[in-house]
Amino acid sequence: MDWVSVILEGALLGGLYALFAAGLSLAFGIMRLVNLAHGDFIVVSAYIALFLAQTVGLHPLVAYPLAVAIMGLVGFLLQRGLLNRVMGDDIMPPLLVTFGISIMLQNLLLQIFSADTRGLVGGGLQTASLALGHGIAIGWLPLLTMGVAVAVIGALQLLMVRTRLGLAFRATSDDQTTARLMGIDTRLIYAVAMAVALVVVAIAGILFAIRTTFDPASGPSRLIFAFEAVIIGGMGSLWGTLVGGIILGITQAIGFALSPGIGLLFGHLAFLAVLVFRPQGLFPRTRGA
Amino acid sequence: MSLLAVDRLDAFYGDFQALFGVGLEVGEGEIVAVIGANGAGKSTFLRSVAGLLAARRDAIVFAGQPIGGAPAHTIVGMGVAMVPEGRKLFPSLSVEENLRIGAYRGRPGPWTLDRVWRLFPRLAERRRVSGTAMSGGEQQMAAIGRALMSNPRLMLCDEISLGLAPVVVRELYAALPGVVAEGCSLLVIEQDIGQALRIADRVYCFQEGRVTLAGRPAELTRERIAAAYFGA
Repeated sequence: MDWVSVILEGALLGGLYALFAAGLSLAFGIMRLVNLAHGDFIVVSAYIALFLAQTVGLHPLVAYPLAVAIMGLVGFLLQRGLLNRVMGDDIMPPLLVTFGISIMLQNLLLQIFSADTRGLVGGGLQTASLALGHGIAIGWLPLLTMGVAVAVIGALQLLMVRTRLGLAFRATSDDQTTARLMGIDTRLIYAVAMAVALVVVAIAGILFAIRTTFDPASGPSRLIFAFEAVIIGGMGSLWGTLVGGIILGITQAIGFALSPGIGLLFGHLAFLAVLVFRPQGLFPRTRGA
Repeated sequence: MSLLAVDRLDAFYGDFQALFGVGLEVGEGEIVAVIGANGAGKSTFLRSVAGLLAARRDAIVFAGQPIGGAPAHTIVGMGVAMVPEGRKLFPSLSVEENLRIGAYRGRPGPWTLDRVWRLFPRLAERRRVSGTAMSGGEQQMAAIGRALMSNPRLMLCDEISLGLAPVVVRELYAALPGVVAEGCSLLVIEQDIGQALRIADRVYCFQEGRVTLAGRPAELTRERIAAAYFGA
């Protein structure tokens, strides 16, 4: 067994998990919103991309960015029209509402697209690989996914630190009431935050759907991976989610290499180990600039 | 015409009524102090003016516009800034970022980062540290600077002397006349009656959600204040 390949493959899979995690982390970090429908939004993005590419017949390079933009708009409207109404000091109502959204989305997708598994076209990207010598080869798609993950997380980091919007995100995250006293319309900020979160979700969803097949029930397990990557990396730390995703990817890959049945279990065990020994995560949120 | 005119303002926390028909005015360029015991409704009053609590629309009129119950962020945009009780700096923002967020609405006016550094030179030295990593006095300076960055016409100060050493309190209060000179009126809540009487043009005393006394410091005797403060 070639462990170098296994670990490389796992690390690159971590890029996808980091993308899953970044959207979840963003919504939680800014709004303290635990979005239980997160995994289903990943799958919905894939279906929207599928619909635009296959049914409407757009070129993937047009269809996929369009799907990302649509999800951003969905995020904004969802937050403005629904989630803002249930957000308050109690975290329970939004939790229940997103749980309900999760069930509705799964059934809606089942109704419209049936339970058949689908896949997105990737223009041969799925099978192309790069030979590194010594019998080691890595796929272009995982490499691209990792590149996108680094770029997305880097861009989010810049947004948070360098822009006026990022300043408002961080102030609102610290103290919503005082943020309002600074002239920040926190409800609008929440809607923009959700739009950004679902843009990241859509990017993740499309890369996921090119990589592997999906069906209407694929969401919840993506939510679990996202949660695990966030917890391992540390709540509210964007680069932490990348490390969390990579650790989750590597442990899963090692598990799969040992025995195909225990790959996911290995990932869950790594997650539990972090929860037990370092519950704040590896890179807890740092205070101050 | 008054800059701020509050007339028959009631305020509630759920079923609990905290203010009963409060009336108060702040003129252009004035410093008005509100004194009163704990629970008299002083902070509730400021929160109502700032838009954090529901209020009858015409109960609060600012610069001729009714603002009662308007969203806090629009009230800031009109020129009302708040220095909240407990300072409430944003812990994940540096001192400089805390000040910059104060200018979020982009109102034009005399206050810039440089002006705030000149008002409180100690802040300039600590611009890169987290807002909450400073001493209480420095945090209060940052909270005042942050409010000024919105270029307010009226600044609401909730107990800026709370928990601070007397020498620091004097330093903070010494900065306030400069603020007024730049065209910003002040409405300050103060537990320290002596401090309030020294700085204010006019004083209001609250007791159990009602105004029990109003007047110029020179007109108020110790006995009248005691009666208004504690109830006769």
